[in-house]
Amino acid sequence: MIAIVDYGVGNLFSLESSLKRVGAETVVTSDRAVIERAEKIILPGVGAFADAAKKLKESGLGDVVKAQAALDKPVMGICLGMQILFEKSYEYGENEGLGLLKGNVVPMKGYIDENLKIPHIGWNTLRFVRKNPLFKYLKNGDYVYFVHSYFVSGCQDSLIADTEYGKPLTAAVAKGNVYGCQFHPEKSGDVGLKILQAFCEL
Amino acid sequence: MITKRIIPCLDVKDGKVVKGVNFEGLREVASPVDLAKYYSKSGADELVFYDITASAEGRALFTDVLREAASSVFIPLTVGGGIRSVADFERVLSCGADKVSVNSGAIANPSLIKEAAQKYGNQCVVISADVKRVNGSFHMFAKGGREDTGMEAVSWIKRCVDEGAGEVVVNSMDMDGVKKGFDLELLKAVCAAVDVPVIASGGAGSVADFITLFKEIPDIDAGLAASVFHFGEIAIADLKKALAENGIPLRI
Repeated sequence: MIAIVDYGVGNLFSLESSLKRVGAETVVTSDRAVIERAEKIILPGVGAFADAAKKLKESGLGDVVKAQAALDKPVMGICLGMQILFEKSYEYGENEGLGLLKGNVVPMKGYIDENLKIPHIGWNTLRFVRKNPLFKYLKNGDYVYFVHSYFVSGCQDSLIADTEYGKPLTAAVAKGNVYGCQFHPEKSGDVGLKILQAFCEL
Repeated sequence: MITKRIIPCLDVKDGKVVKGVNFEGLREVASPVDLAKYYSKSGADELVFYDITASAEGRALFTDVLREAASSVFIPLTVGGGIRSVADFERVLSCGADKVSVNSGAIANPSLIKEAAQKYGNQCVVISADVKRVNGSFHMFAKGGREDTGMEAVSWIKRCVDEGAGEVVVNSMDMDGVKKGFDLELLKAVCAAVDVPVIASGGAGSVADFITLFKEIPDIDAGLAASVFHFGEIAIADLKKALAENGIPLRI
């Protein structure tokens, strides 16, 4: 059973549907006991970092995810859910993340070329930096779907793939049992489904 | 490198796909869910569903279709038509939409864009502009192209982006259904005015029209069309191949 943590941010319908498609048993939940019983955990998220981090903290679900990650359970963050795995974000002020991975969330503005549009929306290629079981069904250069204005910086120790948008941007991370995708696997067609399948098979 | 997107648009009425020529003479095409699956397999980068129903029954059928499409097609889905409130955003987002496009709803209530962007993020709010030339200037039209609002289109689109719209679909009513190419003049004006992604709609008749679009306006992010895809006049796989051969970055 994979628990999709429902902490009130974002649309979980597609994520749940895509996991079902690859044969996973899923539950969308904000129940601590259900998350603790699950074999794997997915932390989704869209919207603003501060709001999401606050909701995770106030609901206590952030601590539950951290405790489960410490027990070696596979945890994957998607999009904003990946960013929250890191130490700190500079989106609208400074906000603390869960600190499961080393790195910070910083604006693309001022980093990428001025003539490129922000958000980075659309299909872009994955460039593998490290081998990882998440990519076992993929090939270097496969396309995935991104929507974001901030990116994770200073995560060299967990970086497994980046993407090129004027400059390299963090696309996927993994360290031990903690995984993250900046893109949306549930919106990345067959390539995305293969990543979800690989996560399910961990 | 980020790729240009090819987006089929499905106008849905009473649970079925229709495509109007110049917004009149609606003609039935196929099951929207089957069409969505077919397009996703053919390489469509995204899909747009427009709900052109007015009745409550039709609206319920539409959300059923949307839910079914979102559980079988795993590419981004934009939904528009009849979006007038944040509650309407919620209704379609909970059925699997990723982005919501507004036109008349934003004209009637300009604060809708800001409210929705604050709640769901800018990336979720798409402004869909039906534009037509009236006495030599671009006018915004409302109510499915039936009503001239008298507002100048480019400045209105810019205002929507300032309010928080994260993407713009520019639909040229002058070119819609005519199949003689996209409205380059209008699209250039919009691209010069805003810095969010711009999607060209209205006028696609051939592969060459898409090549011209992306070559003439490098700032255009996506090309949207309906009937040329529905009737098989352009196969998405062939279109993407031809564009790639012309040096346009695409997901193949």
